[in-house]
Amino acid sequence: MSTSLLIVQTLNGLQLGVLLFLIAAGLTLVFGVMDFINLAHGVQYMLGAYLAVMFYAFTGNFFFALVLALGAALVFGLLLEFAVFRHLYDRDHLDQVIATFGIILFLNQGVKILWGASPLSLPMPEMFSGSVVLMPGILYPVWRLVIIGSGLGVALILYLLVSHTRVGMLVRAGATNAAMVSALGVDIRRLFMIVFGFGTMLAGFAGIMIAPILSVEPGMGDTILILAFVVIVIGGIGSIRGAFIAALLIGLVDTLGRSFAVDILRLFLAPSPARTVGPAIASMLIYLLMAVVLYVRPSGLFPAKGR
Amino acid sequence: MAEAVLRIENLAKNFGGLRVTDDVTLDVMPGELHAVIGPNGAGKTTLINQISGLLAPDAGRIVFGGEDVTALSVDRRAQRGLARSFQITSILPRFSVLENVALAVQARSGSSFRFFRSAAAEDALNEAARGALAQVGLAEREHVPAGELSHGEKRALELAIALAMEPKLLLLDEPMAGTGRDETERLVTALRSLKGRFPMVLVEHDMHAVFALADRISVLIYGKILASGTPAQVRADPQVVTAYLGEEME
Amino acid sequence: MADAALPTSATRPAARRGLFAANALPIAIFLLFAILPLFAFRAEVYVLSLVTRVMIFAIAALALDLLIGYGALVSFGHAAFMGLGAYAVGILSSHGIHDALIGLPVALGAAALFAFLTGIVCLRTKGVYFIMITLAFGQMAFFTASSLAPYGGDDGLTIRVRSTLAGFPIFSGDRSLYYICLICLLGAYLLCRALVASRFGRVYRGARENPLRVSTIGFEVYRYQLVAYVIAGALGGLSGFLLGNATDFVSPAYMSWQRSGELLIMVIFGGIGTLNGAIVGAAAFLLVEEWLSGITEHWKVIFGPLLVLVAVFAPGGLLGLVARLRRMIRG
Repeated sequence: MSTSLLIVQTLNGLQLGVLLFLIAAGLTLVFGVMDFINLAHGVQYMLGAYLAVMFYAFTGNFFFALVLALGAALVFGLLLEFAVFRHLYDRDHLDQVIATFGIILFLNQGVKILWGASPLSLPMPEMFSGSVVLMPGILYPVWRLVIIGSGLGVALILYLLVSHTRVGMLVRAGATNAAMVSALGVDIRRLFMIVFGFGTMLAGFAGIMIAPILSVEPGMGDTILILAFVVIVIGGIGSIRGAFIAALLIGLVDTLGRSFAVDILRLFLAPSPARTVGPAIASMLIYLLMAVVLYVRPSGLFPAKGR
Repeated sequence: MAEAVLRIENLAKNFGGLRVTDDVTLDVMPGELHAVIGPNGAGKTTLINQISGLLAPDAGRIVFGGEDVTALSVDRRAQRGLARSFQITSILPRFSVLENVALAVQARSGSSFRFFRSAAAEDALNEAARGALAQVGLAEREHVPAGELSHGEKRALELAIALAMEPKLLLLDEPMAGTGRDETERLVTALRSLKGRFPMVLVEHDMHAVFALADRISVLIYGKILASGTPAQVRADPQVVTAYLGEEME
Repeated sequence: MADAALPTSATRPAARRGLFAANALPIAIFLLFAILPLFAFRAEVYVLSLVTRVMIFAIAALALDLLIGYGALVSFGHAAFMGLGAYAVGILSSHGIHDALIGLPVALGAAALFAFLTGIVCLRTKGVYFIMITLAFGQMAFFTASSLAPYGGDDGLTIRVRSTLAGFPIFSGDRSLYYICLICLLGAYLLCRALVASRFGRVYRGARENPLRVSTIGFEVYRYQLVAYVIAGALGGLSGFLLGNATDFVSPAYMSWQRSGELLIMVIFGGIGTLNGAIVGAAAFLLVEEWLSGITEHWKVIFGPLLVLVAVFAPGGLLGLVARLRRMIRG
């Protein structure tokens, strides 16, 4: 267990955490304000990646592709909201689960039809494609630092928007008590649309930023969706601050856990059982964390609706 | 001297900085109807919630039937005979009126960890349930889904459920809240017919009902008991009159 | 939710009048299942294996409906119980133990134990938190199974010898396995019906309506829910035991969250809180899946929007839709 590995994995954990935050932020707001379980959030992340690949093929430039893909993702998300989600706001969570599950099936298959089942790749911009020396002996990819940086930047913008603008205040109020906000005469439909659109863009942005590192393939949104739900549950539904803290926590726990689980276990067990049990425990770590948090705080760490 | 069925000793509850229950001491003797009155926000429902076990007090003791129940859960207290009705109607809307009450009867007649016999076919439960319904005048409505009852009928159902528990003490949290004149009269008649069978704590705003039914009245203002005694004593107490009853009652 | 389909006591007088009529649907379903093998003719192997799968998943769906429909306990980790049952068969089989007299109790016991231990934690939460924590435990089961290298790990475990009953290979023939599953389904269905109508069921259903009210009557709601959760888990284990025998295979995928999601879809598809809906939903889901995948490899592109349409236009699932149509026809 070397310090350089520890530092690198910590940075990787931060990067995963920031990515999770981008996805979880939209999810927690939609859930908190609109009381809507959106399982399709994961495919919006996937769609962002695919759209970026497509626009890159047209333009040959990452930044153009980014902007166009964000726009297209927003349009598509609003379309989904208008065609499907709008009819389900007043419905049971179970109806929302089945509808959004159907959208997952549809889109996962859809991208397979349009782009094929093989993984695609998106080249990262030239200027960010190298590695940088952080400390003697530690080489770290620039792009991952860009992801961390842009994620923190978005978090800051979100924070400013939510706490210092009128719309942000309405969103926070809506997350605490949507009926009250509506009764006060606010156009709740427009608020929902804004929240939803923003969330979609965040998810799409996350997909675009991660695309150069991961492979873009059908179903890539499924695992991250589950992680995002774990994040918002631990953080507390409807809370952006909770999502931020929980996302970083999970990113770090998951990444560091996977890297060092075997080593840590070796302190207590013989090498062989440590090597078998280690990876299993590592994958379960975040779920164990969630179970513990929910046992102690059945509504998450910072629930918007109060405990 | 008879032993009090319920004794509350120095009960206190704070919400943040607010003293909602301030050193309340109260007792309920066998067979008496003890009314608790006071303006809105005086802490009456909070007091009932602490007695029934929904809320844990910050200090003080609750002694029921000689036993200190302060740490017991809601269901444990109910099993010992502490029944309550709710200020905001709390029934099982998709169950029929009969089944709502039969459930309460079931709680007092043996184990409910029975998995194979149909509960609806248990005549003993149904008969006892019908008895309770008859006492509140809902006998005709037994097959109606409880959610479809009128507001007053729902209040009556609440009472029937409490009765079916064969309570040793009945806590009534504003049973006449929102009921019209006829339904209020019906409830007063029903309660009067129950007087003496078991002690009751009645929280109410309807002064006519309170003075018609109560053996003793305690006045709760800002979480404190301002006065406690017979209706005549309370009516005449100048502090109470100024603080709450106003000139109309003189 | 389809109120019309819920077996409230308010409809009981009508039910007593026509016990046959009120149960026409399940009677028809079970009759259909019973005589189907006689009409399968040349497609026998295919039809039997398909309908066997339908019945197996129907058992798991029944258990899940018990939780969702009657207890408002939406479990997103139900597939874990199926997986445990199937792994019981697989692991014992790999050690040369094939007798169902050992295998079945182990399957049921393991699933029930898992349900008990996880239920203790899960039932302290409500709503979406409950959904998430059941998912978490399902995932833990999944990852544990993936790490079981001696039993196949990620690749799964082939079950070379099916269960036997005191030496008789009754699980090995297609027809006999089919009828075993049918009997198990019938038993599970009758058990669930009895449970729901019993004293226990009344408290449990009441807790779904108004848990506060039920506890102030004197019932400790947590205990009743835990018992229901364990029973549902055990039924899931039964379903898994049969599945292992039917597919001769078990893998961590049997416990994936996608599988749990599919079970939820089956129950919702049919109509929650009806028990009949669980069987109908499982059948509809698997049959539509089978039919569509025969048409195109991209069948999910059709199935997905179908689910969306069901969600938007048919709350209460297929049974709810049928009930509404009948009301419209009657005018």
